[in-house]
Amino acid sequence: MFRIRFHGRGGQGMKTASRILGTAFFMEGYEVQDAPRYGAERRGAPIFAYVRADKSPVNERGVISHPDLVVVSDDTLVGMPAAGVMQGINQHTVMLINSHESAKTWQHRLNTRATIIILPAREDVEDRAELPYIGSSCAAACAALTNVISRDVFARALTEELEHLGDDIVKQNLDIALTAFDAMSPHVGIVKQSGLPSATDYKKPEWIELPYESAAISAPAIHAGVTSVEVRTGLWRTMRPIINYEKCSGCWWICSTYCPDGAINVSAEGLPDIDYEHCKGCLVCVAQCPPDAIEAIPEHVAKEQEMSGVSFSGDKA
Amino acid sequence: MTRKLLTGNSAAAWGARLAQVDYIPAFPITPQTEIIEDISIWIDNGEMDARMVTLESEHSMITAAGSAASSGVRVFTSTSSQGLLYGMEMVYTVAGWRVPFVMINVSRGLSAPITLEPDHNDIMAARDSGFLQIHCATCQEITDSVLMAYRLAEHKEIRVPAIVNQDGFYLSFTREPVELPDADKAAAFVGEFDPENLQFKGSAPLSQAMAVLGGGPYSYFRYEAHLAVQRVLSVYDEIADEFADTFGRRYDMIDNYQMDDAEYVFVMMGSFATKAHDAVDSLRNAGWKVGLARLRIFRPFPQEKIRQLLTGRRAVAVIDQNISMGMGGVLHSEFATALYGMKDAPAVLASYIGGLGGRDISQQEFFEMINEIKQACDKGEIPHPRLLYTQNELTEMRKLQAIAQAEHADINQSEIKQKETNKK
Repeated sequence: MFRIRFHGRGGQGMKTASRILGTAFFMEGYEVQDAPRYGAERRGAPIFAYVRADKSPVNERGVISHPDLVVVSDDTLVGMPAAGVMQGINQHTVMLINSHESAKTWQHRLNTRATIIILPAREDVEDRAELPYIGSSCAAACAALTNVISRDVFARALTEELEHLGDDIVKQNLDIALTAFDAMSPHVGIVKQSGLPSATDYKKPEWIELPYESAAISAPAIHAGVTSVEVRTGLWRTMRPIINYEKCSGCWWICSTYCPDGAINVSAEGLPDIDYEHCKGCLVCVAQCPPDAIEAIPEHVAKEQEMSGVSFSGDKA
Repeated sequence: MTRKLLTGNSAAAWGARLAQVDYIPAFPITPQTEIIEDISIWIDNGEMDARMVTLESEHSMITAAGSAASSGVRVFTSTSSQGLLYGMEMVYTVAGWRVPFVMINVSRGLSAPITLEPDHNDIMAARDSGFLQIHCATCQEITDSVLMAYRLAEHKEIRVPAIVNQDGFYLSFTREPVELPDADKAAAFVGEFDPENLQFKGSAPLSQAMAVLGGGPYSYFRYEAHLAVQRVLSVYDEIADEFADTFGRRYDMIDNYQMDDAEYVFVMMGSFATKAHDAVDSLRNAGWKVGLARLRIFRPFPQEKIRQLLTGRRAVAVIDQNISMGMGGVLHSEFATALYGMKDAPAVLASYIGGLGGRDISQQEFFEMINEIKQACDKGEIPHPRLLYTQNELTEMRKLQAIAQAEHADINQSEIKQKETNKK
């Protein structure tokens, strides 16, 4: 059985990638199971999806604990424990990472015996949550690495899964995905299937008796001094809205009312001021601003500018 | 026959479409919402001739389902977890009305603490309501079971509502190959709904009385409902035969795998049973005589079949994906009841609780359960009930508790500081 796990961020199309690959396996005569695992259901949050494919019916279910192939669409997730990218990886596993860095660098960084293959990252990416076509590219690279899905069948699978989005989008995805498919030619067939664990020689589960504990400890209640003010939801932002005060007409009630997080304050002078500690970067304000005085720039660009001394707060207003 | 990849939710929606339902009262809840999304798209496109109404709660939704069924139309609805519990007053009530319809429940663990992932405590809460219960293990089985559920629910000798249960995530959001029954054959198999004396009509106002005083009439109605639910046991095989003849797939009340010569048996319900299916294969390869009995029809409880199936076996591991607080696994108690006093009952009927809130059950755990029940047999002991829980899980839990305590200490510190400031 092939066991393949996709890791990405909400918005990057990992569920779609798993479906394209699942459909491609299915068209090649495999029994298939594909599923996303939703967590935070928020754009930019870590999510994963998985595909199992076998010539006989797939009885295994749930999260893949020992993957044959792990695909990472966004390399910032690798070091994030909550994303679980490294879970169950061993010398049998192949890791496909979409990255600017080399396989050697990742091998060294992760100190892993897994085989690492790089899907070269595009240079022109502004918003990580929207890495263009990354889902299709990942699915295509996987298909090539298994060596059991032909280029034509992959193209048919992608078309079937995306056709509801229109011909143009299918064509754009197909062009970029097939480039990724071809780029994997040195590694074709590197991903190997694995079987079921043996019942003769297995590691016994370390079962324990759960001890009784009083309600003071065992009630599922966490009391913490963390309020919505103290939680810095601004860290979630991938794009930063910036007010151009030269264009701002001072109709502060519009942006501050539309802001779903109450993260636009109004100064005594009647000018809006974005609270970047809590702005999640949804960009509703950018869309609503009547004089188009709010622009958006990638968060990493904003951070670089801040380091060189630019201030984005409303102090200057 | 063409097969396509469908999620459990799509498979459920297809069941409703193929059964040519007339009315769908709906209310959204994760992980069930895709079912009503699919159906609403089909109704919009004109691919399905039915009326969907979104209600303001599950309580109203189940009331609407029962009311519509008592006007003689075919009704489909679906819910999950907290939604099922919110509608629970009406679950019992509409079952008491003796109106047939089919409701999907997408199993999800109950609050508190709140979760999204599956276990069977939600559906167990409807155990004693008078709804039939069919538990599915694959997406294919969901579509097929919806069709069979209409036959059972609308059967003249039965006429009660039915729940078809599927596990959240493990089926609801998981695509698998499904062979969709031919639409004409499905319509012919389900047949026309003959509402008999269910006759509410908008144009002919009527009152319906459902009150009794005194235990005599009450006992009569309640016991009649119980007898009606039990009627499934005598009509089921005929319907399953007809289904198998028409569509080539056979579904027994208990789905048996490698049971012919099995000495050791897994008993369980739902999609986790397919994992046990793999474990049986591995254990057989290792020389164990192991089988799997997956209970598909949970209400009515097929007591006679269970007795025939399990007497003469050496030991049984009952895996409950639910917990009755203060008692333990529900299936385990029910199997113990079925086997009570039987000659040649298995010496060991061990209780395992696993898969709560979607917690995985590993292959190694399945192997070890069989090893444990064999050891218990050899030593003539009865094993204690066991929660499938590892040292590593407790260690991870301790880390979370440490974080929670640190947060708590942080508030205490600020409270102390605040008091000191106030004194000054």
